[in-house]
Amino acid sequence: MLAYIVRRCLYAVPILIGVNLITFALFFVVNTPEDMARMQLGAKRVTPDAIEKWKAERGYDRPLLWNGARAGAARLTDTIFFEKSVRLFAFDFGNADDGRSIGHEIRTRMWPSLALAIPSFLVGLAVYVSCALVLAFFRATYLDFWGVVLCVAMMSVSALFYIIGGQFLVSKLWGLVPISGYQPGPDAVKFLVLPVLIALVAGFGAEVRLFRTFFLEEMGKDYVRTARAKGLAETAVLFGHVLKNGAIPILTGVVAAIPKLFLGSLVAESFFGIPGLGSYTIDAIQAQDFAVVRSMVFLGSVLTILGYLLADLSYTLVDPRVRFE
Amino acid sequence: MPVVLPTDCAVWLLVAAAVAFALHVRRHEHLAAPWQRVARSASGMSALTVLAAFVLVGLLDSLHFRPQLEGRDRTGEAVYAVEVRSVLDQLVLPLKTRSERTYSAPLATHAYSKETAELPGGGMARDYPRLRYGGAHLADPHERDRDVALTVARGLLLAAAIMALGTWIGAAVVGRRHGASTAAAWRAIRRGETAFPWRAILLTKAALLAVALPAALLAANYHVLGTDKVGQDVLYLALKSIRTGLVIGTVTTLVMLPFAVLLGITAGYFKGWIDDLIQYLYTTINSIPAVLLIAAAVLMMQVYVDKHPELFPTTAQRADFRLLMLCAILGVTTWTGLARLLRGEALKLRELEYIQAAHAFGVRHARVITRHILPNVMHIVLITLVMDFSGLVLAEAVLSYVGVGVDPSMISFGTMINAARLEMAREPMVWWSLAAAFAFMFVLVLAANLFADAVRDAFDPRVRVGAAPALRAGGAG
Repeated sequence: MLAYIVRRCLYAVPILIGVNLITFALFFVVNTPEDMARMQLGAKRVTPDAIEKWKAERGYDRPLLWNGARAGAARLTDTIFFEKSVRLFAFDFGNADDGRSIGHEIRTRMWPSLALAIPSFLVGLAVYVSCALVLAFFRATYLDFWGVVLCVAMMSVSALFYIIGGQFLVSKLWGLVPISGYQPGPDAVKFLVLPVLIALVAGFGAEVRLFRTFFLEEMGKDYVRTARAKGLAETAVLFGHVLKNGAIPILTGVVAAIPKLFLGSLVAESFFGIPGLGSYTIDAIQAQDFAVVRSMVFLGSVLTILGYLLADLSYTLVDPRVRFE
Repeated sequence: MPVVLPTDCAVWLLVAAAVAFALHVRRHEHLAAPWQRVARSASGMSALTVLAAFVLVGLLDSLHFRPQLEGRDRTGEAVYAVEVRSVLDQLVLPLKTRSERTYSAPLATHAYSKETAELPGGGMARDYPRLRYGGAHLADPHERDRDVALTVARGLLLAAAIMALGTWIGAAVVGRRHGASTAAAWRAIRRGETAFPWRAILLTKAALLAVALPAALLAANYHVLGTDKVGQDVLYLALKSIRTGLVIGTVTTLVMLPFAVLLGITAGYFKGWIDDLIQYLYTTINSIPAVLLIAAAVLMMQVYVDKHPELFPTTAQRADFRLLMLCAILGVTTWTGLARLLRGEALKLRELEYIQAAHAFGVRHARVITRHILPNVMHIVLITLVMDFSGLVLAEAVLSYVGVGVDPSMISFGTMINAARLEMAREPMVWWSLAAAFAFMFVLVLAANLFADAVRDAFDPRVRVGAAPALRAGGAG
């Protein structure tokens, strides 16, 4: 088991290096720091001095890969690649364009993101699985048919409409909760109820339909027929056999998503004014703060890889047929 | 003077490919069989009817030209406008040109906000001014309701007449083909007893016409869906958005296909270090959260566009380049899923007897892949393509909101929603832009989803065996 975990972790290293190289190429090779400076300072009427100053302030005045002006190891370390990309491995994100430490921002903004993401995730999972089970239980009836029709209709609506519609209906028309904003502590609940509800509705169609097919696939199998043949009640078959086995594909998908909860939701956070990592990223994209976007790409990749690792581990834990190889 | 934008090229290339594929399928019975299953699905064919209407609008909007101006220059050459128009623009030219000053509600005769106007007898008054074009033909604005009702009735009558004629011709054709009388064919259609779901298709067409014709007649004198902040007709914006959505949904797959098919099959077929390398490549790309990767790539593309203004002389060209690049970026980030599926399938196929036999005969790898592997994975490719379409249309809206979507000057569902979402806070509320974007997008995506389900049910071998009865009974499931 331990050997398996260690090997899987080692396997993640080349992938992280690959991610790092891709982001480096994207941010520094496709366009030079000069272009970035020019764009930040305004495309025209910018003096070369201003560009040099902008670059020096942010440490972009070094050579890309090889600093011939230095001696020894500094030839490699005093470069943009080392300073901006290799340092990410130590989670040293440097400073944003406004001079604030990205690492500090991530540590403080992580909590509002989690406060929104974890309830959405847990409530969503419970509701989706129960609804999918109900549909699977009443399969091939009108309830199932119209349930699936509802799912397809719901997944054809853009998430943006759910958010705008929810804010309009619940906050503006009924005045039940504030439209947007956030406060830490127990007061956070009244700001989070609506986003959690909307996340639930927005994911409903696709997830319930997917989970329903997992359950139906299980229901067509021989062991279920055997269970029925020996006289088990339909509910016992459903909860004792189908739910457990159908939960395996659900579980692995769910586990893979857990680490990414840190990243928060880009759209929901910015609509509801929650100061999490999602709105941080969106602000950075809109302000074209490349240092922040680069850090978030790297952080997101680390969390995704962690998710895959956890998913593989959980798979081997819940399904005894899968062996560590 | 015709103008061919790069995305137009891509769109017509796709159309040509689709036609060639359709002809190829027609000539081979084993390829046509699953399509015949699609053709028997009532929901699938109804969805296809709706999609066809959208595609027609999109294609008309993909033929661009620069209109000729009056007069000639000194050398006697014709002069062309700088503005690039499409055939669709030309067809709905009144919608494009008759813009108001600012917001107006659907079918309104008066503006949305009060303005100060000079009274004829001197002095000033604040009142809702009449619109420049909306209901301008009415002498008395109070006649509007009657006029609208009459126009709608005329549109519905016209729709009914067209449907009656169409149904009669359809019944005659069906009757002739089956050697039955037209009346017998009509009875079969009415009861839904035909193998090809004529009834569902005719009902869908009737619904489309019943909405489109009255709207078209009304659009001659009113702003059917109101106007937006700068007074543009919202119906025009919604029609123009269709092309953007379709381009994103289809051209992206054009970019994605070569990567996915080539790399996926190569990895599964050759195994060994090639497999390791390709697997490493797609795992790495897959590890970067898609939105962030797209955002990073689009930001970098923006820097490039800003750096080279000389490459894009007109706004239309810049917007079109950005749209094309967005498709390319989406394609490069989404090929991994299909590649993984194809790799798995190729791994399975390469061990089968007929491939072994081909090897034993000394057939070259390239030929084995194109003759034996590729045709046997096409169903996966096809299912993935139609399933991805609706997701891409939805993604465009979110990406435009994040600020990494299409060019702000390009009309799309995303830019419409973006502009409209702040208007909800106004009093009285400006809801029509959002409602129009919602309705058009919902119908498009719903039709795409239903059609994708029909295609998947017909092509996926897993659905036909095993869980088939339960899934089939679930209708759209």
